Amino acid sequence: MTAPLHGTSAEPDAPADVTATAAGKQVEGRSLGRIAWSRLKRDRLALAGGIVVIFLVLIAVFAPLIVSLFGHPPNQFHQDKINPLFGTPYGSFGGISSEHLLGVEPNNGRDVFSRIVYGARISLLVAFLSAMVAVLIGTVLGIVAGYFGGWVDSLISRVMDMLLAFPQLLFIICLVSVLPNNLLGMTGSTVRITILVAVIGFFGWPYIGRIVRGQTLSLREKEYIEAARSLGAGRRYVLFKELLPNLVAPITVYTTLMIPTNILTEAALSYLGAGVRPPTASWGQMLSKAVDSYEADPTFMVVPGMAIFVTVLAFNLFGDGVRDALDPKGTR
Amino acid sequence: MLAYVIRRLFAVAMMLMVVTLTTFVIFFVLPKWAGSDPAYLFAGKQTDPAAIEGIRQKLGLSDPVLVQFWNFLQGLVAGREYTNGADVTKCPAPCFGYSFRTEQEVWPQLTEAIPVTLSLAAGACVLWVVGGVAAGVVSALRRGTLWDRAAMTVALAGVSLPIYFTGLIALAVFSYQLDWISGEYAPVEEDPAQWFQTLLLPWITLALLYAAMYARLTRATMLEIMGEDYIRTARAKGLKERVVIGRHAMRSTWTPVLTLLGLDLGALLGGAVLTESTYSLPGLGRLAIDSIEGKDLPLILGVTLIAALFICVANLVVDLLYAVVDPRVRIG
Repeated sequence: MTAPLHGTSAEPDAPADVTATAAGKQVEGRSLGRIAWSRLKRDRLALAGGIVVIFLVLIAVFAPLIVSLFGHPPNQFHQDKINPLFGTPYGSFGGISSEHLLGVEPNNGRDVFSRIVYGARISLLVAFLSAMVAVLIGTVLGIVAGYFGGWVDSLISRVMDMLLAFPQLLFIICLVSVLPNNLLGMTGSTVRITILVAVIGFFGWPYIGRIVRGQTLSLREKEYIEAARSLGAGRRYVLFKELLPNLVAPITVYTTLMIPTNILTEAALSYLGAGVRPPTASWGQMLSKAVDSYEADPTFMVVPGMAIFVTVLAFNLFGDGVRDALDPKGTR
Repeated sequence: MLAYVIRRLFAVAMMLMVVTLTTFVIFFVLPKWAGSDPAYLFAGKQTDPAAIEGIRQKLGLSDPVLVQFWNFLQGLVAGREYTNGADVTKCPAPCFGYSFRTEQEVWPQLTEAIPVTLSLAAGACVLWVVGGVAAGVVSALRRGTLWDRAAMTVALAGVSLPIYFTGLIALAVFSYQLDWISGEYAPVEEDPAQWFQTLLLPWITLALLYAAMYARLTRATMLEIMGEDYIRTARAKGLKERVVIGRHAMRSTWTPVLTLLGLDLGALLGGAVLTESTYSLPGLGRLAIDSIEGKDLPLILGVTLIAALFICVANLVVDLLYAVVDPRVRIG
């Protein structure tokens, strides 16, 4: 993406609006946010993605309530639902019934629906928080590198290049496996989640940092920055009141597109056994358990896989829509 | 040109130093800070204090980290000897260390695993670049047709599918249900047919994810380029459409594809880890996971270093290819 995403409301909008004003309507100044929103509203795929995203967030937030209404406690064993000879659930499609909406887990009979619902919590929590970490570090260091230039820029840029060339997944697994289960007074899954967020976020910031740096480089030469400076604005004012608002668009776009990547990373780590520890449910961990039993019980593999797929697809659709909507070159 | 290559090779060496040092810090400093001892990790299930003290002596774990680091670098170039009194273990160059868990040198294990991962990566890379770019070009040229929409829908789904999920489905269908694939991986020089047969599904699985990204990128780039002035000029000169697209448009399309390729080759080991553990291929990724699970530090360090070396070399090759592909780039 080399297209300048920084929008100023002075940019010409879609031709449709030009004809509308020509038809005698009052000329109305619209903010970038309103232009983007009106474009996003017309993008049906993106809206569908957005609705699924909101739905998933609600599921994650109200997981205990949903499970108490439609499921069973996520760690309750139901041995009576399991064929003791093969370890597979009774009934077709992994034991799907009105009582167990998505069937039960092979061998121990835990309710798959409840575990999927609770898994959404881990997935979204880790993805959102690590994206926030990455955005925070990336934005600050990107602005600093782009605005100050010189050795500061060289140093930050080299560090970003280096991090991008690291075998990331390997490093994340190493770090997660070396760090202990009790850290800074935290215990249990809190530690794992904190480590996951910190590590995924840390390896994600260079992607945003590079975009922000590039944008800052071109923005700092703009007349309005010069004007602010000549009016005696302080460095902090220029950075946060003049530059930052114009970086909101690219940062938003890359944040929405970073979240699905983080979901996939978290699931991959859990799949490889480096995510949250059992019995806490996560989608990747369910898939890795399904490896042992997919021949006898394919449903148990398809359900968590589809959960990951639908979630990531929804975020991707929404993210693409946001990008198109915020792109000043776009005509939609 | 030569000066550029030398400068880049120097940067590669620097990069490898940083990766080695970072891995060292992760495994030798972080555990201490978190309250555990690397010697215990090496010792595995042994808890005899004398045995652990012996390991610490032999590996020089009581030396300062920088001394250990220097010894490791020396071992890489000249080989080294581990001594604890009369107990001497020789490790010829290039010495990546000595795994006390499996009582084996690291280097032979690496040389055994490298061809597997290279086979996987090379095959998948060819598939995804050819498939992705072709699909993207056709989509761009037939914008809005049924083909375009179908290809882009498949591509979006492909980007959102985790490798370990597609891998498991492919295994369930082609290996278990249809029984098309059987047996263990065999090196290409021993049994080419078996090699091809066991790698075909992993190639397709790994390539699907990347092909989708490349198709999307190629389509977007191609659409932008087809609107450029020089394409209109080429057409106005009366060149055949085949020449306009093949000679003029394609050359600039390759540039962003190459940029992405450079980054992706870096992330490829992550994909290889997941693909290899899903398909039980005895490659670097599998080795990495096994060594991380067994906390086999010298082995992890070796895999990480080899991975970083591949990334650096791949990036260098890509940068040199820029000059070949894009006439506007001159390397000096």
